[in-house]
Amino acid sequence: MPGYNGNLDAVRALVRETEVHRDVYTDPEVFALEMEHVFANTWVYVGHASQIPNVGDFFTTTIGIKPVVMVRHSDGSVRVLHNRCPHKGTRVANEICGNTGRFFRCPYHAWSFRTDGSIAAIPLPNGYENTDFKDSAAAQGMAPVRNTQVYRDFVFSRLAETGISFEDYFGESLSSLDNMIDRSPVGELEVAGGVLRYFHRCNWKMLVENLTDTCHPMVAHESSAGTAVAVWKQQPEGTPKHPAVEIYAPFVSPYQFYEGMGIRIWPNGHGHTGVSHSIHSDYSAIPGYFEQMEAAYGAARAKAILDTNRHNTVYFPNMTMKGPIQALRIFKPVAVDKTMVESWTFRLVGAPDKLLERTLMYSRLINAPTSPVGHDDLEMYERAQDSLHSDANPWVNMQRLYDPAELDQPTAVANGTTEWQMRNQFRAWRHFMSATP
Amino acid sequence: MNAPSEQDLIGFVLHEARLIDEQRFDEWLDLFTDDGRYWMPLEYGQTDPVLHNSLFYDDKLLLRIRVERLKGAKTYSQKPKSRCHHVLQTPVVDAMDPDGNRYLTWTPFHYLETRQDEQTLFAGWSRHHLLQVDGTLKMKLKRVDLVNCDSAFGNIQLFM
Repeated sequence: MPGYNGNLDAVRALVRETEVHRDVYTDPEVFALEMEHVFANTWVYVGHASQIPNVGDFFTTTIGIKPVVMVRHSDGSVRVLHNRCPHKGTRVANEICGNTGRFFRCPYHAWSFRTDGSIAAIPLPNGYENTDFKDSAAAQGMAPVRNTQVYRDFVFSRLAETGISFEDYFGESLSSLDNMIDRSPVGELEVAGGVLRYFHRCNWKMLVENLTDTCHPMVAHESSAGTAVAVWKQQPEGTPKHPAVEIYAPFVSPYQFYEGMGIRIWPNGHGHTGVSHSIHSDYSAIPGYFEQMEAAYGAARAKAILDTNRHNTVYFPNMTMKGPIQALRIFKPVAVDKTMVESWTFRLVGAPDKLLERTLMYSRLINAPTSPVGHDDLEMYERAQDSLHSDANPWVNMQRLYDPAELDQPTAVANGTTEWQMRNQFRAWRHFMSATP
Repeated sequence: MNAPSEQDLIGFVLHEARLIDEQRFDEWLDLFTDDGRYWMPLEYGQTDPVLHNSLFYDDKLLLRIRVERLKGAKTYSQKPKSRCHHVLQTPVVDAMDPDGNRYLTWTPFHYLETRQDEQTLFAGWSRHHLLQVDGTLKMKLKRVDLVNCDSAFGNIQLFM
């Protein structure tokens, strides 16, 4: 078996036009290369500025498997630092969130750092005199992730020193984030309601592919959404519409519904389902909300914002969001066969709490460790993770509605059941797997 | 109508766990009042189930959907089925208010859920908010606080 490390040709050969080799899901060496390259060369979502409103507030997370801390610096700006002490490697910020004041202090030897990462003090500093310490990597402090961009409070970082710019990387795809933010009458979101964290015994990319897989809901979710519809039909006539049934029922819409909703493809692996409509289109209106939007934007613009009902937007490599319900998920790679799914929810500042309440219910029923819809999906991923070890066929097929002409179309709108977006993701994956794409 | 004794309350809690372990879920659902809730907070000491998320915050319709789903022929995450097992500490009666028809018990537990070759141990405390309906004890709220409620979890498919 040829190795993949240092063998870019072998890595590239894993992705064909309409199929990918199973090693992209099962090979630990490929996973290690993804962490070194895909998660360094792309702009990865880190967090939201509302999580760190005050100077010294911090939030710890990972980019791929690399630990980082997002912090509000003394000048009010958002900084992202590698979360290890430059001395011995100890994790400096340990809680998920907190306030560190003006300095981070390592608990091991009390080296302290300003919130831009630079060293503030080291105990017994004369021990480093005449040692050329100032030329060491340690003297740089907690290394900042210099390529960090805050887009309307959404914080993204690119670990690689050089590479594609934020604007070129995301391009028109930022319109999905814009729509979610514009749904606040004051154009502002706040992280709210806690985070649901769900371990998946499967490769992270299976989750990303599933986001635009519109031929599975009516099959895999018949058990949950189909049952919800059936139980609802047994209720006595005149029973008020249950908000959870509104959430469940559209999952089992027929193929024609998904074909018609459309999929949009963007460069660099981004894309979204639900161009014309989606499973989020027919939720009940929340009293008072449209009036607030109309007052803020005018009737025409308010209607345009709320009539955009994109389903899942994929921000390659590992973030997805739903504008109509203000929910965001991160698929955090842990190991080649282990992924942590984080489901975050937002409050639309200036809008009724009922919207947050619905968002929380959605995440609880669809994306939590206790979610029937989540159980349906995870069963499929786990079965694939195990059975891909079969040697009968080492290739995973992504051929639905393939047309070779698509290779010349970086941006397109296609039939909602195409697997083009999955192919788009893997073309981006192949590109960013190079050390210097 | 006779008010329940402490032993009646304790017996209710033990019986409730047994119905879950024996997967007699229809009988288990009958233990809830029509407006009953099954709540598993996500946050330690959580007070708000509406504007902060939870692992479960199900009314009876949502529980009915889960129970019917578990029986479904196309419920692939239950092929094969999960099994579960409770170990309860003796319930403590925290409130006994016959005049207000309000009773509350507190029960530390270990709960094990298993499927195929994996089994997962959970530990926590259950609070049963009970009342009498037509002389029968029912749950208005079962609140389950996991000791590690804010951890990441794999599947939790049954009930604690």
